[in-house]
Amino acid sequence: MSSTTEVANAAPRLLTDELEAPPLSLRRLTWLRFRRHKMAMFGAVMLIVLFLYSFGGMLVFSEADANRPETAIRLQAPSSTHPYGTDTIGRDILKRTVYGGQISLTIGLMAMLVELVVGILIGAASGFFGGKVDSILMRFTEAAFVIPQIFLLIVMAKYFGGKIPNIHVLGRTLSGSVIVVILIIGLTSWMYLARIVRAEFISLKEREFILAARATGTPAWEIIFKHILPNCMAPIIVSATLSVAAAILAESYISFLGMGVQAPTATWGNMLQIASSDFNKIQNAPWFWFFPGMLILLTVLSINFVGDGLRDALDPRSRAV
Amino acid sequence: MGRYVARRLVQAIPLLLIISVALFVLMQNMGDPLATMGGRKVTRPEDRQRLERQLGLDKPVLVQYLYWLVGNDWSRVDLDGDGVPETRGTRRGVLRADFGNSITDRVPALRLIGERLPYTLLLMGVYEIVVIAGALAIGVYSAVKQYSLFDHVVTGLSFIFYSMPIFFIALLSVYLFSLSFHRWGLPYLPPNGVFDFRVGKTPGQVTLHMILPVLSLALISLAGYSRYMRSSMLEVLHQDYIRTAKSKGLQRRHILFVHALKNAALPIVTIVGLDLPTLLGGAIVTERIFGWPGMGSLFLDHVDRVDIPVVMAILMLVSVAVIVFQILTDVTYAWLDPRIRYD
Repeated sequence: MSSTTEVANAAPRLLTDELEAPPLSLRRLTWLRFRRHKMAMFGAVMLIVLFLYSFGGMLVFSEADANRPETAIRLQAPSSTHPYGTDTIGRDILKRTVYGGQISLTIGLMAMLVELVVGILIGAASGFFGGKVDSILMRFTEAAFVIPQIFLLIVMAKYFGGKIPNIHVLGRTLSGSVIVVILIIGLTSWMYLARIVRAEFISLKEREFILAARATGTPAWEIIFKHILPNCMAPIIVSATLSVAAAILAESYISFLGMGVQAPTATWGNMLQIASSDFNKIQNAPWFWFFPGMLILLTVLSINFVGDGLRDALDPRSRAV
Repeated sequence: MGRYVARRLVQAIPLLLIISVALFVLMQNMGDPLATMGGRKVTRPEDRQRLERQLGLDKPVLVQYLYWLVGNDWSRVDLDGDGVPETRGTRRGVLRADFGNSITDRVPALRLIGERLPYTLLLMGVYEIVVIAGALAIGVYSAVKQYSLFDHVVTGLSFIFYSMPIFFIALLSVYLFSLSFHRWGLPYLPPNGVFDFRVGKTPGQVTLHMILPVLSLALISLAGYSRYMRSSMLEVLHQDYIRTAKSKGLQRRHILFVHALKNAALPIVTIVGLDLPTLLGGAIVTERIFGWPGMGSLFLDHVDRVDIPVVMAILMLVSVAVIVFQILTDVTYAWLDPRIRYD
């Protein structure tokens, strides 16, 4: 401790204030700057509301309730008993958006995790080891980049479709296609992240602290995960946030085309699917597609705002609070 | 430059090979191609075996891939099932521009694509013109009037459109411009198809039917493009040479459109070139909603029928297009910006 005091005394007078004030941790600094970003705060609040809507609604009515058809009241306009109206077989659209939201949000988050694991592993291996490993992995990444994601999603949805049986989680039966959709979205969107991680690793692995770690005989996996990875969290966090939005959109696209999550499990995307095939329904029942579409839009918009705010808050070039 | 392009083209060959192998393996599990052949059910096992032999589906995947790639006219295949290969193969392989025959339609896959390609190119061409012109206009205007009401409104709208799934905007626009206008007795836009059968396929009809799909595609892309254009224009406007031009007493309009725009428009080249994949991807959903008979519809229809030759042909053509456009983008960029050199 005494050496710290000596340094403080030796430092110019101006610095004493700074030394006495506790330094801001990165988390605190980021939060202070994120808070000033109005749209990002709006997005964050909106996301909390959407999560409460989807997961809190579970307490009010059951999934069986949401999936129960009542053909006597099919295609009814929004009313006090059915605020969002009913669909072609008389299911309540409000209840289905609640349960659909759970699946859509879960798919977004889980697909992001899959993407993170694959992207970080490939990017880290490529950047850290370099040489042959790098050129093989990067050719692979390039190849995956060339085919537009939607084509790959459709082909892979066909490939894995119907292979996974229904699963039972917390007393609910979910279509196995949920797992398929999470996997294929994660496996078709890691390329961008891998490139970011690789670039960060290439620049970080030449630094002195890595040299020191190597000199003390630290094993490679520890250097990768404990020394380098924590230092490139900022771009990874931003990219991960935005990829949740992209994953929710991707899910809605393939579910809309009828190749994503299968009935009876609802998602915001597949609730729109039936609407697309019949123009009479668009004419006579706009509530049918308006509410799920609006929820997708709100979610994606909020996540994009949050991602934007995080990008500004985590930018190392602007250290002002 | 010539050497750079040549090197990129050579590098593309292994890339395309990897892609084709991966896709071919994925194709093997898509479903039963014989189940949907021309809508007829193949019920007798001996018929199924005969068809599998004729289509070459009885061979191991690697042999199938080889036949797909280089054809089988150099070897003999066993068509009558007696174990003796006696008939000379007829396929010439992808490397000799033969993507095989469609299983369901029994015509060359390339001919099917050739029939649909003009529709996609038409839609994409018009869309691209609308988006570039719109992005330049909106981007420049909001950069010049930074923080004005117009700028704020455009910023807000672009965030919303950027986050919008294309089918939502398509359904909204069909509901408003087609169905509601019709109900209100206003002139309305046709919601799907290419032309009205009562009128025939006239240029006027096609234009009319193109408005809604182009609008839906363009609104989403305009959001991203115009933001990009705005920030690039702002960056350029703060450069020293713009101040020099101002202090020299040049006309404002001249500075904006000659000095600034020329440099600010450069990044647009990159996005246009690299957005091609997204654009083809967005078109799948868009073409489905608006009943536009382009490549996207063709792809979806033939994925449903497990028509492997057609699906493979579309995927490979898209991959080649993406690679070619990547190279073209780099070349155009270097040509427009003399500071960039490739060696």
